[in-house]
Amino acid sequence: MATCLECAAELEIAPDTEEGEIVVCPDCGVELEVMSVNPIVLELAPEVEEDWGE
Amino acid sequence: MASSATAKIGVLCSRVRVEEKQILAALRARGIDHERIDPRQVSFDLAGNCLGEYDAVLVRCLSHSRAYYLTHWLEQLGVPAVSTHRVVATCGDKMLTSAALQAAGVPIPRTVIAFTPEAAVAAIEDMGYPVVLKPVHGSWGRLLARVNDRDAAEAILEHKTTLGGYVHSVFYIQEYVDKPGRDIRTMVVGDEVIYAVYRRSPHWITNTARGGDALPCPLTPEVTDLSLAAAQAMGGGIVAVDLLETADGRLLVNEVNHTPEFHGAMQATEADIAGKIVDYVLKVQ
Repeated sequence: MATCLECAAELEIAPDTEEGEIVVCPDCGVELEVMSVNPIVLELAPEVEEDWGE
Repeated sequence: MASSATAKIGVLCSRVRVEEKQILAALRARGIDHERIDPRQVSFDLAGNCLGEYDAVLVRCLSHSRAYYLTHWLEQLGVPAVSTHRVVATCGDKMLTSAALQAAGVPIPRTVIAFTPEAAVAAIEDMGYPVVLKPVHGSWGRLLARVNDRDAAEAILEHKTTLGGYVHSVFYIQEYVDKPGRDIRTMVVGDEVIYAVYRRSPHWITNTARGGDALPCPLTPEVTDLSLAAAQAMGGGIVAVDLLETADGRLLVNEVNHTPEFHGAMQATEADIAGKIVDYVLKVQ
């Protein structure tokens, strides 16, 4: 379990989650980046930048 | 060149999406020594050897500018990058993409480049409405504009000039292709087209990033040949090719992408996309 940085809701983190994945808070919808899986460390995910894409 | 058993592969990515998760899983399944490299944590001294320990690096950066500079750096160190710097540089700039396709004899929509609003309006009037204005740098269908008349052309050109950085004053003007509610996305890995899907949307922008959905598309000889020719024009490797069907039955290559996303295509193809990507990287290392 982890805590949403935006609304403090409890989040379920799947066991196969990778560092760098984005999880979405089911309560407030904010995107959180998984910075570490052991222990779970979350940060607010960065906004999309102009040069992002394929 | 190290054998696959001893190779050390870098996967350069910040955000781990479905695609990167599958690629990392495919590397694990093959027992390949690999590391995820977060470009946000990289700084490299040009007199040093940062990232030189890898036998190959798969570049899955979201950021074009990071991919552009890091592929150059990797190649300077003699580390094969997938995609190569040439492919990243060419695909990352729509003018360079279209020019390379044109030079290779690959059919594209008529495309004109201009550098001032006045020259752009004159080119648009010459081409005839509607036209499409695209940023030369950009992806996911962002900031595309279908221009239906002169009033809209003048307004959009003024906005681009006033609000954008200098690249927004490079005006990329393209013939509007009235496609049948879909385009075709193929993925090329080396000398193989591993899938084709239709991307369908009621909106004229059919990118899956903009909500288009994917359906199976037959890999006809024409689709295959055009995809391979487009990939070769960029420099080969792993690319995604977007094809437009014209009302009179021709196929045109619209764009080529150097870091293909494939989560949308997965619903319409059974190809082992991540596995093919990993096998290609192991081949070039």
